[in-house]
Amino acid sequence: MAIVFQKTKGLTDKETHYCPGCTHGIIHRLTAEVLEELNVLGDTIGVAPVGCSVLAYDYFNCDVQQAAHGRAPAVATGIKRVQPDKVVFTYQGDGDLASIGTAEIVHAAHRGEKITTIFVNNAIYGMTGGQMAPTTLIGQKATTSPYGRTAEHAGMPLRVCEMLATIEGSVFVERVSVDTPANVRKAKKAIMKAFQCQIEGRGFSIVEVLSTCPVNWGMTPVDSITWLQNNMIPYYPLGNFRKPEEDK
Amino acid sequence: MGKVLMKGNEAIGAAAIKAGCRFFFGYPITPQNELPEYMSRELPKNEGVFLQAESEVSAINMVYGAAASGARVMTSSSSPGIALKQEGITYIAAAELPCVIVNIVRGGPGLGGIQPAQSDYYQATRGGGNGDYKLLVYAPANLQELVDLTQDAFDAADYYRTPVMIVGDGMIGQMMEPIEFKEHISRFALSEKDWATTGTKGQREPNIINTLFLDPAKLEELNFRLQDKYKLIKSNEARYEAFNMENAQIVLVAYGTTSRIVKNVITDLKDQGINVGLIRPITLWPFPEKAFDNIPSTCKALMSVEMSFGQMIDDVKIASNGRLPVHFYGRSGGMIPSPDDIIEKVKEVIGGAK
Repeated sequence: MAIVFQKTKGLTDKETHYCPGCTHGIIHRLTAEVLEELNVLGDTIGVAPVGCSVLAYDYFNCDVQQAAHGRAPAVATGIKRVQPDKVVFTYQGDGDLASIGTAEIVHAAHRGEKITTIFVNNAIYGMTGGQMAPTTLIGQKATTSPYGRTAEHAGMPLRVCEMLATIEGSVFVERVSVDTPANVRKAKKAIMKAFQCQIEGRGFSIVEVLSTCPVNWGMTPVDSITWLQNNMIPYYPLGNFRKPEEDK
Repeated sequence: MGKVLMKGNEAIGAAAIKAGCRFFFGYPITPQNELPEYMSRELPKNEGVFLQAESEVSAINMVYGAAASGARVMTSSSSPGIALKQEGITYIAAAELPCVIVNIVRGGPGLGGIQPAQSDYYQATRGGGNGDYKLLVYAPANLQELVDLTQDAFDAADYYRTPVMIVGDGMIGQMMEPIEFKEHISRFALSEKDWATTGTKGQREPNIINTLFLDPAKLEELNFRLQDKYKLIKSNEARYEAFNMENAQIVLVAYGTTSRIVKNVITDLKDQGINVGLIRPITLWPFPEKAFDNIPSTCKALMSVEMSFGQMIDDVKIASNGRLPVHFYGRSGGMIPSPDDIIEKVKEVIGGAK
């Protein structure tokens, strides 16, 4: 019997703790498949954030460091400067990257740090129980925005890719989604390209992946996907914001 | 090798490079800037990397990443900058990573000033970060000791897998003295860093550098291991100098620059027929408690002399454990105690102690 699909060597056999319907699992798999296909698993050091994906160190089948909240790009910088021949990536959520860790991600990009960031944006703090994030949409209810986010009180949701694309050190910036099989394939392509940019020594690369949080959004997994399509994608448009010259 | 005249901050850099430090992450703050500036000049010549981070917070996390990659790495700052590094320091202690952190202390609290102070004693010995952790803390009193301890700090950090802090007041960082760089020989048998995240090469299980333990039993296990390590450091690493202790009527306790002023006080008072001893902690943690077991019976009182309003005095009281009254003299905010002021206080105390 021919094998048509099997688990990537990039993931360990550990069962993940992610909630039913959460798309972290897909994003983990895509990242791991890319590392396996690039044949760099044995030369990769990942950096896990604080947030839902803190336990990523148990799931990726490579060396991993767990960083303080928001500091993953600084930790990754330390790793890459000591080991410039290794592949270094951070895996961060929107609380970690777009709130407490803004200085670290901006300056990693600004230095053109040769690392790759997988940025999972689900518009909410998942691990701590559904608080408002900088990426929470206008009108969206969270445990710390119980009446819905207003621009007057909390500002407009932060668009990270658009911001980082203005920085010269960013060589690859793309926003993707994993809401449909077609988009999952596009997401994998973007993640592949981001790691290739790092391996070619071009500079900083980031892929923002729009993700669902059914539990904290208070929706079924299917409704969550629909909500992402109807609400997140219009505000956070998918597409490439920066890529190397010859690919333009 | 002959002696060279160097500024304290640059001497730390030179000693670190001689000890094999090849990575430095820092952020500008007075009065320690000559150290990162020196490293930015010298590390590239030694196949190393100097990187100016966007903040102290980032710098210490870069140290975390570099240390966990197996490198000898250092950062330096001054008081408010060290306050910002505390988050990273507790993570480094918890992840059992070796590194050297330099604090060239300035007056506080708040933004404070830029003149020498010793008001970060609590910060260094009690930890500003969360949890049950300790740093091995060296407090040199002259530049020769500064370079010797800097070299030793990297070995001790690797051996115990712990962050080591060098505390110098602004005076130690800014003054110039002749120093000799001795051939560096580690007093520890150091092993390969097989725990470092250097890539599995497909030949071993992944190495994980982690400080999260959701299972309280596992977290307590880490704490037991840390406490065992601290017990070992306590019994092996406490260092001090005892000076003019014979027939001392009073023993002063002082470290760093303050201990040098106290030595002048001792000479002056000797001329006046008053015998004063000095216990000079070289390690602030572990505090050299044993030194207090050898105080002569002629001694009627202890006095902690600090460039702060009384922080080390707590450890003097713990070490003395009620055996002798403990007095205090201190200046703060960048003011340096004068020998005359200390002499007056000594006379007041021994007058009362008679």
